Amino acid sequence: MKIEDVVCPFCGCLCDDLVVEVEGTRIVSVENGCTLANEKFMGDHRLKTPIRREGKGWKETTYDEAIRETAQILCDADRPLLYGWSGTHGEAQSIGIHLAEILGALVDNTSTVCHGPSILAIQEVGHPGCTLGQVKNRADVVVYWGTNPIDAHPRHMSRYTTFADGFFLKDAFRDRKLIVVDVRKSESANIADEFVRIQPGGDYAVLSALRAIVQGKRSIIPPSVAGVSREQLFRVADLFLSAKFGAIFFGLGLTMSRGKSKNIRNAIELTEELNRHTKFIISPMRGHWNVYGSNEVFTWITGYPYAVDFARGIAFYNPGETTSVDVLSRKECDACLVVASDPGAHFPKACAEHLARIPTVQIDPHVNATTHLSRIQIPVAVTGIDAEGTAYRMDGVPIRTRMLFKGNYPSDTAVLEQLYAIVKEIKGP
Amino acid sequence: MSEFLIRNAYVIDPLSGIKGEIMDIAIRNGRIVEEVGSNAEVIDADHCLTLPGGIDSHSHVCGTKVNFGRYMSPEDMRAGRTARKGVMHVTSGYSVPTTFGNSYRYSVMGYTTVLEGAMAPLEARHTHEEFTATPHQDMLANTLFDGNWSIMEAVREKDMKRAAAVVAWTLSAVKGFAIKLTNPGGTEAWGWGEDVHSIQDQVPHFGVTPAEIIQTMIRANELLNLPHSVHLHCNALGVPGNYRTTLDTIDLVPDLNDKRQSLYLTHLQFHSYGGSTWKDISSKSEDIARAVNNKPAVAIDMGQIMFGRTTTMTADGPMEFKLYMLHHNKWSNHDVELETGSGIIPVYYSRKSLVNCVMWAIGLELALLVKDPWRCMLSTDNPNGAPFVKYPEIIALLMSRHFRENEIALLDPRTAHYVPLPAIDRELDWYDIAVMTRAGQAKALGITGIGKGSLAPGAEADIAIYPLKPESLDPSAEYQQVMAGFGKTRYTIKRGRVVARDGDVVVEGANSTIWTRATVPPGYDLSVDPEFMKKFEQYYTVRMSNYPVQDVYLPRGICIPTEASL
Repeated sequence: MKIEDVVCPFCGCLCDDLVVEVEGTRIVSVENGCTLANEKFMGDHRLKTPIRREGKGWKETTYDEAIRETAQILCDADRPLLYGWSGTHGEAQSIGIHLAEILGALVDNTSTVCHGPSILAIQEVGHPGCTLGQVKNRADVVVYWGTNPIDAHPRHMSRYTTFADGFFLKDAFRDRKLIVVDVRKSESANIADEFVRIQPGGDYAVLSALRAIVQGKRSIIPPSVAGVSREQLFRVADLFLSAKFGAIFFGLGLTMSRGKSKNIRNAIELTEELNRHTKFIISPMRGHWNVYGSNEVFTWITGYPYAVDFARGIAFYNPGETTSVDVLSRKECDACLVVASDPGAHFPKACAEHLARIPTVQIDPHVNATTHLSRIQIPVAVTGIDAEGTAYRMDGVPIRTRMLFKGNYPSDTAVLEQLYAIVKEIKGP
Repeated sequence: MSEFLIRNAYVIDPLSGIKGEIMDIAIRNGRIVEEVGSNAEVIDADHCLTLPGGIDSHSHVCGTKVNFGRYMSPEDMRAGRTARKGVMHVTSGYSVPTTFGNSYRYSVMGYTTVLEGAMAPLEARHTHEEFTATPHQDMLANTLFDGNWSIMEAVREKDMKRAAAVVAWTLSAVKGFAIKLTNPGGTEAWGWGEDVHSIQDQVPHFGVTPAEIIQTMIRANELLNLPHSVHLHCNALGVPGNYRTTLDTIDLVPDLNDKRQSLYLTHLQFHSYGGSTWKDISSKSEDIARAVNNKPAVAIDMGQIMFGRTTTMTADGPMEFKLYMLHHNKWSNHDVELETGSGIIPVYYSRKSLVNCVMWAIGLELALLVKDPWRCMLSTDNPNGAPFVKYPEIIALLMSRHFRENEIALLDPRTAHYVPLPAIDRELDWYDIAVMTRAGQAKALGITGIGKGSLAPGAEADIAIYPLKPESLDPSAEYQQVMAGFGKTRYTIKRGRVVARDGDVVVEGANSTIWTRATVPPGYDLSVDPEFMKKFEQYYTVRMSNYPVQDVYLPRGICIPTEASL
């Protein structure tokens, strides 16, 4: 059976035009997907049943037992952390947050090691953005800064920017200028009209120089800024100023390099400055397919996009204190539930070591680095393949992922609902 | 079968013509009935003011821009925190509370139905997700068509029926309630960093004017026989001298419906400015109120501002950028492909600002000068003018000249030169307030037919009992009690269940979402229209099949079906 308009649960592009052929509970082909999508749909090596650590090995267990033991671990803990959430649907995220609420737990999502600094910058100066279709239909200047879409978001250019014809740009590839800013010549840089190579750590200075030029202060620009010549800075600024609609997309090259949130703040303020002359927007290239959804769901329930601590009874937010990496490196947590992400692969060593020391439970379809730090792992259905639910694209557009077949695994929602019910019973009214 | 009997209630039920009588109200299975059995649970209202549940006909509480208002404002979240208590979840936020915060605070004030003022169709799913997490109010969504390409093309072709067909398809797809136009044409122009400045300005590239969009949509709305009228946020919001645009807009309105207005003008305070700069801005409430009084085909809501901090958020992207250029705090913007836009900035309305003082006066003046309370709803355009928790204070200001005088004494002394408020004697009475906070809304929204806004047998048992005794209370003198009383019900009853008591929410909510579906003849079904489908193939970034909001997002949806006259 061929299913059309399938939503890809891999990256923040959330492409919704895939054609997937299914035979029973097996996917046999994927059309329109990038290599990442193909691997997600086709390369499905799942854990078969819940497992728990016994001595030096693993032993299979039942869902009921695994969930009950998880509930007990969380209830026995003084400072539990519920981490992850970006690889599951919004309905499951919502239950997770309410679980944290009754546990008095910390709840955090993968933004903490990703676009957390972008959120901090937005909380300082706001965010002039738009949906991706605005860019596709209007943008005549597109900038990728500290991001390499060809490798990380392979269809971003073909669906939304460089190769995507739009209403006001009938021949996008010719009519749209592409600027790539990076510390190395990436695949994306190879096709750019203008490649701006910055010395590592020099983003803030280059952004400041561009702001100064946009403000009409060309005379103060030195011959070279962080390895970028004054002539190139003028050229780029002139491209910005002559654009009818400009769009800046930035990635972890900007958020996680020296300056972090201050880089983003500077980039947003450049965008704001450009809006006094023409139309400009800026947007983060979000990684996980539903990391933005986790920010949304966290926000409407708790008021904050990530790093929420319920220990005081109220929702408390103080990134740097209540962010997962910080609480783990302080060895503050005494239990952890990981849902739909892989901190074992992404967190600093000290944090991973602490996760191995405390009882960590993972709810995830696959064996991954976090499995090796966990006491229990509960496999679930993969959202977008054998489970469905809401996801938010990197630009905030909500799309419902599809269930392509009914498999034998429970969804994240089903497992978390059961866990919530047991915890609620243990905790009492 | 659950039965309730509310005894000794001081009832004002304007839709039933009851203007203050001591009565009993019987409730069975969520509806008001003539009588109940002797085993019914009894609530003694003890002569307290008893009204149909409050209805907010224009508020921003759910969806993309509201959530972004929270996202970008940890300082606001921190300003309104409550811990988990009984069935109540944790809440955060003052001007843009979390969904549960909104829901509990509205419920405690006796509000049982709220209309979200602006939903971008492409992002409707988000609004519906938040509706589900706002469990104590029935929710409705105004759906944005101000920059809709298919609409503007139909307007250019002078094809009103096609415009109606676009609305029918879209409302049904996104489970929306009514047509909302926010700065019509202006949000599309803002896609290029531009705006339209009057109703006769051309929208770039589309060759239509705001006036043509408004006129076409008013008629298309009636062709679809929708319960509500077009809901308009006029062009030129917040600009000195914009009252002319507003008067020009009111002039456009034909009288097409004998049950309700043909155009609903929202937050009119922001559209009633005289002068030409921020230095000489003045109140034109008298001109605007006169136009409204002379035109029964329009209804308005106040858009009152109140002093203090809040967050402004609207689909009117260009306006928010202009406001940002004044405030220089922080600015977010979010344009939505082929449809609309939005912007957000935090603001502080200060008594030290002459402009803010004039704005404050204008909202009250509109409510006092529009003679017919059925056509003037109480609102703050929550949270743009003020968070809705300020409603009780606004009610007290409208009911007490004495209170107004005390407040005026605190303002910038130049204010009196620019506004007529000090000369207005009118004090609204309990009946006026009951109309302006529920009955008028039910009529204007066209939802009396599904049992909203009244306490007549057959109506939904949505009831608010306030600790106020109109028989012995003089609102003119005892305005502090009025304010406190409207702030916290003794009982809020939603669909026959006590949901809030004395300031606490006592049960888990189970709200409904009310939406409209107009059935059109086959020739007007755009789901098979090649030109319409091409929009999705070529210009949207979401496939047409993934666009409609699935039923699962409306666990207790109430559809109001209509037959289009196409």
